[in-house]
Amino acid sequence: MPENLVEIKELHKSFGDNHVLRGIDFKVAQGEVVCVIGPSGSGKSTLLRCVNLLEVPSSGTVLVAGEDLTDPDGNIDAARRHIGMVFQSFNLFPHHTAISNCMLAQQTVLKRGKKDARKVAAENLDRVGLTDKHDAYPAKLSGGQQQRVAIARALSMEPNLMLFDEPTSALDPELVGEVLTVMRRLAEEGMTMLVVTHEMAFAREVADRVVFMDGGVIVEQGTPDEVIGNPQEARTKEFLRRVLDPTHVNPS
Amino acid sequence: MSTPTKVAARRPLSPRKRAQRIRAVQYAVLIAIVVIAIFAADWKQIGEVFFKPDLIKTTITQGLGRALLNTIVYTAGAFVFGLVVGTVLAVMRLSEIGPYRWIATAYIEFFRGLPALIVFLMFSLMPLAFPTLRIPYDPYGTVWLALGIVASAYMAETIRGGIQAVHKGQAEAARSLGMTSGQAMRKVILPQAFRTMLPPLTNELILLVKDSSLVYIIGLAATQAELTKYGRDLSVQYANMTPLVVAGAAYLIITLPLSVVVRRMEASAGKAR
Ligand SMILES: Nc1ncnc2c1ncn2[C@@H]1O[C@H](COP(=O)(O)OP(=O)(O)O)[C@@H](O)[C@H]1O
Ligand SMILES: [Mg+2]
Repeated sequence: MPENLVEIKELHKSFGDNHVLRGIDFKVAQGEVVCVIGPSGSGKSTLLRCVNLLEVPSSGTVLVAGEDLTDPDGNIDAARRHIGMVFQSFNLFPHHTAISNCMLAQQTVLKRGKKDARKVAAENLDRVGLTDKHDAYPAKLSGGQQQRVAIARALSMEPNLMLFDEPTSALDPELVGEVLTVMRRLAEEGMTMLVVTHEMAFAREVADRVVFMDGGVIVEQGTPDEVIGNPQEARTKEFLRRVLDPTHVNPS
Repeated sequence: MSTPTKVAARRPLSPRKRAQRIRAVQYAVLIAIVVIAIFAADWKQIGEVFFKPDLIKTTITQGLGRALLNTIVYTAGAFVFGLVVGTVLAVMRLSEIGPYRWIATAYIEFFRGLPALIVFLMFSLMPLAFPTLRIPYDPYGTVWLALGIVASAYMAETIRGGIQAVHKGQAEAARSLGMTSGQAMRKVILPQAFRTMLPPLTNELILLVKDSSLVYIIGLAATQAELTKYGRDLSVQYANMTPLVVAGAAYLIITLPLSVVVRRMEASAGKAR
């Protein structure tokens, strides 16, 4: 296994004339937790979606576990099996119960038998604290519970990398904690994680490294203490002031 | 409490009173029309031509059940055919490959723009034009094909709408779990699409029940007759409308419950939203 689980080189992405990612170089080591922060529209989601090729990069390479995902002859479906993704809007399958949300891809993609799939799904639902919700449909669950099912669904594929795109941004404030707790536990267990978030407390405590993005480039990166505690770049300082002290922002 | 009443009485008319008066006028007009109809019409003659009791009995006992069954079998087969072909067409219309989109669009526009009668006439002339052609399960196969082709063109658009109404995040979640685009379509998108499409598809089933009356053009033996041909033949034989009225009532036995089902589904979908 290569030391760097994710290796992105000279990544560019444009939507028409909109040049969103303007040359991203960046690595994630095995077992590392990286939080990506930055203003809205800076290209954080696009970067994350390029890592599992939900967006096709305009140029550059994306290596995950040594495999070049941008290789046009590669099997992207096979590569995605080992990259879990958690979305801001949960995206659970509404016509399946919690446990069957966690079983579907195991059965169709990994060709696991129903019994094995159910066992793995149940273990992962227990892991995110939803032992009593196996048979509930998503509509009957709170946002925090839905997001935890989504995490269990991704974990059921036994990924070696987890991508989180603002996993708590759609949640009521009192439900944020239960999701962050699950993520923190996952990080402690050694999962490699790439997390786009506005939760600065989480980034400070859990991240090994924080990356600040603005205007489609990485402006600054380092340990949480360096980037959040003692930012060097003016843009980082400005962003952190807006996020950490929102009631004193000058609207202009 | 007496003061406000007096004030209201002095005003021209409260909106509530006005509405009451307008409603009273509407009822009066309705009652007048009904009374005129009762006295002006020749009810004995009408009963004799449209609701002749012994002819009602003859129509029901002579083979109404069989005709009803044929209507159901023709419609059901065409519906299944339309659903399968319509789904394929819908997926083709959403394909990234241009020619698939063009072919599907051409098919849909062609058969939606054409009177169904023309399609049935063509199928009725098939044996003349292609003497060697054999459509299996004749005449059921022919009916299913003719009716199904027309149905599929309509259903394809409904199904495409249903697929597009499924949130884009669903496909992304499925793909992010490693599913191929085909697996995502079959396991995640289509099941949800069909759920939202159930009311419009049931409406199309109702239309299809009625369109099945056109199949008599294909030329059916007596035992293969559906409701319309059955009623028409008896009406001609007895020079009386009663068999057609009975056949019409039989259609309602199928379509009215379906209408109720659609209303229920729409109401519960409205609540869920
Ligand atoms: N699918 C898309 N099509 C067109 N433009 C897009 C698409 N996705 C993102 N963008 C654009 O890319 C820019 C960056 O978006 P995004 O990566 O979502 O930023 P962030 O997640 O940092 O808020 C925005 O200007 C957005 O409008
Ligand atoms: Mg985003």
